Amino acid sequence: MIRAVIVMNTQGKPRLTKFYDYMPPEKQQELIRRVFGVLCSRAENVSNFVEADSVFGPDTRLVYKHYATLYFVFVFDSSENELAMLDLIQVLVETLDKCFKNVCELDIVFNYSKLHTILDEIIFGGQVLETSSAEVMKAVEEISRLSLSLCFCWKQPQILSHLSLSPFLVGEVDSMHE
Amino acid sequence: MGSSIMDSLFQRSLEDLIKGIRLNLLTEPTFISKSTDDIRREIKSTDLHTKSVALQKLTYLSALYGLDMSWAAFHVVELMSSSAFAHKKIAYLAAAHSFHAATDVSLLTTHQFRKDLNSANPFEVSLALHCFSIIATPHLARELTPEIFTLLSSSKPSIGKKAVAVILRVFSQYPDAARVCFKRLVENLESSDPHTLSAAMGVFCELAVKDPKSYLPLAPEFYRILVDSRNNWVLIKAVKIFGKLAPLEPRLAMRVVEPICEYMRKTGAKSLMFECVRTVVTSLAEYESAVKLAVVKIRELLVDDDSNLKYLGLQALTVVAPKHLWAVLENKEVVIKSLSDADPNIKLESLRILMVMVSERNVAEISRVLVNYAIKSDPEFCNEILGSILSACSRNVYEIIEDFDWYVSLLGEMSRIPHCQKGEEIEHQLIDIGMRVKDARLQLVRVGRDLLIDPALLGNPFLHRILSAAAWVSGEYVEFSKNPFELMEALLQPRISLLPPSIRAVYVQSAFKVLIFCLHSYLFYRETIACSPSSPDNFVSESKCPGSDSAIVAADCQQDEVFNPRASNQSFEDASTEDVEDITVTHAQIPNSASLGKDGFTHESIGNLLNLIEVALGPLSGSREVEIQERARNVLGLIELIKQELPGLVKKEGNFEREGLKFPKIIELMHDAFSKELGPVAANAQERVPIPDGLILRENLGDLEMICGNDQLPTSSSFSFGIPHSKEKVGLPQSKGESSEASTESTSLLAEHRKLHGLYYLPSEKNDVSNDYPPANDPKLQDNLNDDAKDLVKLTEQSLLQKKKPNHAKPRPVVVKLDEGDEAPIAAKKLELKEDLLSGAVRDVLLGNEAVSTSQSNLTDKSSSKRRGKEKLNTDHPSGPKEVLGDVGNPNMGNPSSRRSKHHGHGKERRHRSPRKKEKEREENGQKDKQKSSHRHNRHKSRQRAEGPNNVVTQTPLIPDFLL
Repeated sequence: MIRAVIVMNTQGKPRLTKFYDYMPPEKQQELIRRVFGVLCSRAENVSNFVEADSVFGPDTRLVYKHYATLYFVFVFDSSENELAMLDLIQVLVETLDKCFKNVCELDIVFNYSKLHTILDEIIFGGQVLETSSAEVMKAVEEISRLSLSLCFCWKQPQILSHLSLSPFLVGEVDSMHE
Repeated sequence: MGSSIMDSLFQRSLEDLIKGIRLNLLTEPTFISKSTDDIRREIKSTDLHTKSVALQKLTYLSALYGLDMSWAAFHVVELMSSSAFAHKKIAYLAAAHSFHAATDVSLLTTHQFRKDLNSANPFEVSLALHCFSIIATPHLARELTPEIFTLLSSSKPSIGKKAVAVILRVFSQYPDAARVCFKRLVENLESSDPHTLSAAMGVFCELAVKDPKSYLPLAPEFYRILVDSRNNWVLIKAVKIFGKLAPLEPRLAMRVVEPICEYMRKTGAKSLMFECVRTVVTSLAEYESAVKLAVVKIRELLVDDDSNLKYLGLQALTVVAPKHLWAVLENKEVVIKSLSDADPNIKLESLRILMVMVSERNVAEISRVLVNYAIKSDPEFCNEILGSILSACSRNVYEIIEDFDWYVSLLGEMSRIPHCQKGEEIEHQLIDIGMRVKDARLQLVRVGRDLLIDPALLGNPFLHRILSAAAWVSGEYVEFSKNPFELMEALLQPRISLLPPSIRAVYVQSAFKVLIFCLHSYLFYRETIACSPSSPDNFVSESKCPGSDSAIVAADCQQDEVFNPRASNQSFEDASTEDVEDITVTHAQIPNSASLGKDGFTHESIGNLLNLIEVALGPLSGSREVEIQERARNVLGLIELIKQELPGLVKKEGNFEREGLKFPKIIELMHDAFSKELGPVAANAQERVPIPDGLILRENLGDLEMICGNDQLPTSSSFSFGIPHSKEKVGLPQSKGESSEASTESTSLLAEHRKLHGLYYLPSEKNDVSNDYPPANDPKLQDNLNDDAKDLVKLTEQSLLQKKKPNHAKPRPVVVKLDEGDEAPIAAKKLELKEDLLSGAVRDVLLGNEAVSTSQSNLTDKSSSKRRGKEKLNTDHPSGPKEVLGDVGNPNMGNPSSRRSKHHGHGKERRHRSPRKKEKEREENGQKDKQKSSHRHNRHKSRQRAEGPNNVVTQTPLIPDFLL
């Protein structure tokens, strides 16, 4: 199964973390720091695998991909195929790209909840459930619509509907604010 | 309420928070702690929206900034019950992030989970399932098994696949759920929805990795999927599952090897191809043609430009190598070239492959080449190389080492490699070899001497442990030393103040041993000289006391095979000979000891030795390190004693003839004390010490922590309270005149050192050496480094092709091995109780005896059902194309006697005594109905009755006969 998904920037700041086994927050931070320590020392154009046993315990592998200012890191065990995991990172990034139209780090920074929605459609409890970014998009859009409409319905009587909108349309809300 | 509205109006959203953090980059911690205060206030709001935003911010801070949010667990539960989807979503995300086994409020979520799992809105169900897959506890899993069971056959694929995937967590938390859900999980293997099938295969792959045996009966299903599926994700899982099952069942391996090879040949997906390769080389290695094909594919990976493929190819090759060396041989150029790849992963893998190839025939050559690589590598890889050499050579008590002299020299050489950080391992091996291999001791002492006399090495902290070993070896086996005086100088040189106290203590102790040895040899030698010319009667009478003792000791020692040249030189018949030189020379085994000869231990040299020690150790007797202080005082005390016993020794030579004849008892005793050989100690020796009565080892010391909580326990193990090196500036030279002429040769290193520091060491004859220190660990770069690769190619060819063991010039020395466990015992891996339970439950389901663990078997019923079962056996299983079950008596199918009866009816299953009896029954009825529709599952009904729940594990699962 997949043990963890980490997205962090090239300065080591985590942007998205998901651990599929419970891990106390401090421990998570420590692991992320150690992963970053390994990744930042690796040159470009070398293989995408890192031996992770020393960080995540026995029978764990780590695969990462470096896009612009971001590292996408998947930690998994021997039940997963290394190359398939590389493909899965590609799926995740493609989906993000479709979602945000030329995704960049700022999109990732400001759309924390949407990122989780996307990731949850692809990986469920450490299992890969969906590998088509079109399918993921469909589900994510539906969830966004749902949470927004429900949010509005519920909000109407409170006259506060213009404040703190659902995070799922943060992109648009952002432009409204500016 | 007013404050609540204010909160809502002016609450920062998550986005505001993120912007704030970005604006306050420098004062980030302050900003975050201020935001946390806001959150703490907002989260208490009665307005659910305010609460949800607060929780969302908190989750964000916790996930990305490591903030603790366990205190908010109750608020999470509160928000879960909101009817708004957006709130639920935030709450479930927060729960998935922060809840764990010890979160007590998770008990309160049971109802909410049940409600959401039953929701008509598929997205709510999906939210709940997501969270459940991460935080389910045994309690939750038990309570919600019925809901999951229902969802398993959901008509909506988006729910169905998640229900399948969540099973993994449910089973791991509550194994008994398998009794309810397993059949339906199996049915999902036939799902028409590719996602559900994929999820089911994922689950079975996880389950099979943990306990393959239990899932053997499902092999036909997996086989069908392996052959029929066109989805690479599913195929990868199928291949993985067979990788686990095949080793358990040879017939299965025979059956799957062909389809797997087919995929390997045809597939365009590298991931599937690699999975097939890996499965073949790990689980189907005895199928020659499959392995050949796999090696062809590995080669394709190795020569690929993509470093990922190359890396994986090397990994696969590492797996093949032990059984099929030819595969490595075919690809050796690539492997060796990879040793200097830019990618550290690839370098490491090729190193591993080389180490797999190592055998007694080629260990010397491979090590030579690798050491040369290590010298020019970056520090990290250098130490990887050294580490692999060390572990390969020491494997199984130095199994592959034939020539220990060579290996000991190699250890010495490795110590001098600039980046070497393997001090601890080398230290251990030097001492270990000393204790185990008698024949290697001479070389050990030589190597140890070379390390000790090099003052430059003392400056490298990574080498300190090695120096400690060198000092210990030199002291313990000083009888092999060419020149004990030189050794003593090296042990007492001023620069040892650079060493940590624990190692200086070893130095002092070794100096002690050397001193005893010198004194003993000297006195013995003098005695021989003194006795020999006089009448034999005299000698015999004289030697009655200490002399005879020592002879006996010598004899004893020889019996023990302790090699003590000074003592054993002195056998009785030799003693009568006047020619002492002859005595020493006759001892062929230690050619060098002859050089000590009669002029080695002169009166004067001993005197100088004592002075040297006094000068060097004097300051140490005031050391703050107790270990050093104590040992230094021991030595000084002994010298005091000797001076009293042998006043002539330190005064004039003439006196000795008269007084020295009395062999000092004290030297004799000390010498005996040190001549006892130390042997290797088993790693588990301590375990064999019986625990004394009344000693409670596992007592909970938690209370102590409270008492000691505030007291800082000293962390240093050496009781150091001051700055090391502060007080022990070794006294500076007295006068060079004092030096003895005994030291006939000194190394150039020592000479340089003396010259530079003007220290008190014995005079140096070589004054023409350069003034400079040798650079620490001067790498002996060889010119032919570039030829290394070629060398290695050559050598591997030779050493691999050469099938016969070459005749060794000298036989392999005896290596002392302990009867039991030289290695630390590997703690037997405890099977997790839960997994046991799970496999028990799974087997029960697959073999159809769900009732066993709960019902007391009715004896009369048993016999009758047995008969009935047997009668029914042949009729009950319609022989489908893949289910030729008929042959029950097949001996290959496991132990037939363990299968008491085959029972087909479901009547017994109604006798559950579990609290949820009715529910289960209902479900089982449901299952029964289901099964009626598909006779594929009839097979699972064959009933296996065990005496009790414990027997479940020992049963051999039924292996489907389709394989035959």
